[in-house]
Amino acid sequence: MIAFVTQRLAQSLIVVLVLSMVLFVGIWLIGNPVDVLISSEATEADRLAAIKALGLDRPIWEQYLVFLGNAAQGDWGTSFVYKEPVTRILLQRLPASVELALVAFAIAIGLSIPAGLYAGLRPDSPLAKGFMGFSLIGVSIPTFWQGMLLIIAFGIAMPILPVGDRGDVATHFGITTSLWTLDGWRHVVLPAFSLALLKMSLLIRVTRAATVEIARLDFVKFAFAKGVRTWRVVFVHILRNALVPLITVIGIELGNLLAYGVITETVFSWPGLGKLLINSIKVLDRPMIVAQLTYTALLFVAINFLVDILHMTIDPRMRSVMGRRST
Amino acid sequence: MSEAFFEVEGLNTWFFTRMGIFKSVRDVSFDLRRGEVLGIVGESGSGKSVTGMSIMGQVEEPGRTVSGSIRLDGEELTSLSFEDMRRCRGRRIAMVFQNPLMTLNPLMRIRDQMYEAISEHESVSEDEMHQRCLDALRAVGIPSPEERLTAYPHELSGGMRQRVVIATALLLNPDLIIADEPTTALDVTIQAQIIHQMRRQIDERGLGMIWITHDLATLSELADRILVMYAGAMMETGTTAEIIGSPRHPYTSKLLESVPSRNVPGEKLRQIRGTMPSLLSLGAGCPFMGRCEHATDACARGVPERMFSQTHRVWCHHPLEV
Repeated sequence: MIAFVTQRLAQSLIVVLVLSMVLFVGIWLIGNPVDVLISSEATEADRLAAIKALGLDRPIWEQYLVFLGNAAQGDWGTSFVYKEPVTRILLQRLPASVELALVAFAIAIGLSIPAGLYAGLRPDSPLAKGFMGFSLIGVSIPTFWQGMLLIIAFGIAMPILPVGDRGDVATHFGITTSLWTLDGWRHVVLPAFSLALLKMSLLIRVTRAATVEIARLDFVKFAFAKGVRTWRVVFVHILRNALVPLITVIGIELGNLLAYGVITETVFSWPGLGKLLINSIKVLDRPMIVAQLTYTALLFVAINFLVDILHMTIDPRMRSVMGRRST
Repeated sequence: MSEAFFEVEGLNTWFFTRMGIFKSVRDVSFDLRRGEVLGIVGESGSGKSVTGMSIMGQVEEPGRTVSGSIRLDGEELTSLSFEDMRRCRGRRIAMVFQNPLMTLNPLMRIRDQMYEAISEHESVSEDEMHQRCLDALRAVGIPSPEERLTAYPHELSGGMRQRVVIATALLLNPDLIIADEPTTALDVTIQAQIIHQMRRQIDERGLGMIWITHDLATLSELADRILVMYAGAMMETGTTAEIIGSPRHPYTSKLLESVPSRNVPGEKLRQIRGTMPSLLSLGAGCPFMGRCEHATDACARGVPERMFSQTHRVWCHHPLEV
């Protein structure tokens, strides 16, 4: 287990390093930020001064090494636009995104797994067909469109929820979030549901497929033949086995929620990371883009790592395979 | 011979699909005495497995046992509520499946899967469950059962897993065990050992067993009586000696001829020409008539039952002479 963890950590480090390199080169190819940042009336001397001040006159590999050295010490550079350390801006925006993502995640998981399980166990029931129809619609309609529909329905036609921006925040146990306040919840429900809809629909289908597949296996029949109660067969035998493929999908979806809330955040003017990323790309704010995309990479690496650990806890076959591979 | 403790009468299990009704089990009747092994033999699709699942009350959608009576010690099982039938499963009737690699939950320790078979029926202490599991594992010849209990299924061989399954089936001392091709997936030496141990358990505990298989050779060593099924219907039934030694039904005789060990070395393997008719298009006639050399017009109109002894019955217009 320890061998596996260290090996996995080393792999993760390499992944992040390679990714940061690709990122750096990619962004360098997109264009020169000075052209965007400096007003068109500026003189050639001003332009050169700006390039020098930003360190853009140095060769790219040197820029990269400087960036890497600073990043390792926690300095991710200063935003070209905000003139503030990138980390500070990110940390300001992060809670909004994380709380939106977590609420959306809770909605998606909380509704999709029971629905998918039911649809897998009783595929011919009207309710199961209803769930499948709902999920088909959910995966088919674009996020920005259903987001606007939700705003029209619950913000304008039937104005029961506030639309746009985050609600009041409060600090308890050292955590500052809008989830401590009722107003915060009223603000987060709609965008979170909008963000959750696609994931939910996808997870219903995945859960159903896994359940159908597992429910017809012999060990389920054998459990019934032993006289095991139905609820126990469903939760101990079927659901646990269905979780093995599900966890992988859930992990990827959690990463997507945390990193790519862009559309929902834009539609609902949610002050999170997604909006920030789009704005940074528009003005070629290199340090901001690099920091955010590296955050995304780290996030996925961390989630995949967690998924592997979870797999190993649930599935003993995985434990022996992983154990063997790392020795 | 003692009285029959288990009786199946006029069992019909049908599957209602969009294509039509598959009559997988049609008018099947048999009985069983304690300490006796009844072998049900047939090709795939003959309805032998569905018969087993019907007894367990575990026929899956869109299938349903439409008529018939299943009695255990005089108690009618088909009219039991779901909960009463659940209490019966595992405790009075246990089942062993074909593929031991699939019968155990891969994510649970052997111990938990065996404990579950007890704890869902009785509330006993963990110590006692532990002891009972050890006894059951020893009874089926598992070495160092203590270690096996904490193992996961993937850490055991196929033969070992099937013994675990059989031990689990024996845990609550059921009256009847239904074994659906329990040795088919195992290699021959393991097969022989398991059959030997099963026979011993049956004799020692006086339980009844229904052994479902396509393999007449295995049955000849183990079964007391044999029921031959084809396309959901009974073809012939009798003691093992009667069926193997003097088969009366043309199908049974063909089935016996196709057992490889009976062929002369170098000779082509015998097979029964043709295929089984669709279960959708069965009339009142004999389902085997399309493949039978003795078939006449009479065979298309219903099948008579002929008795050759107290135990030996054949459903055929043209039983073979011996």
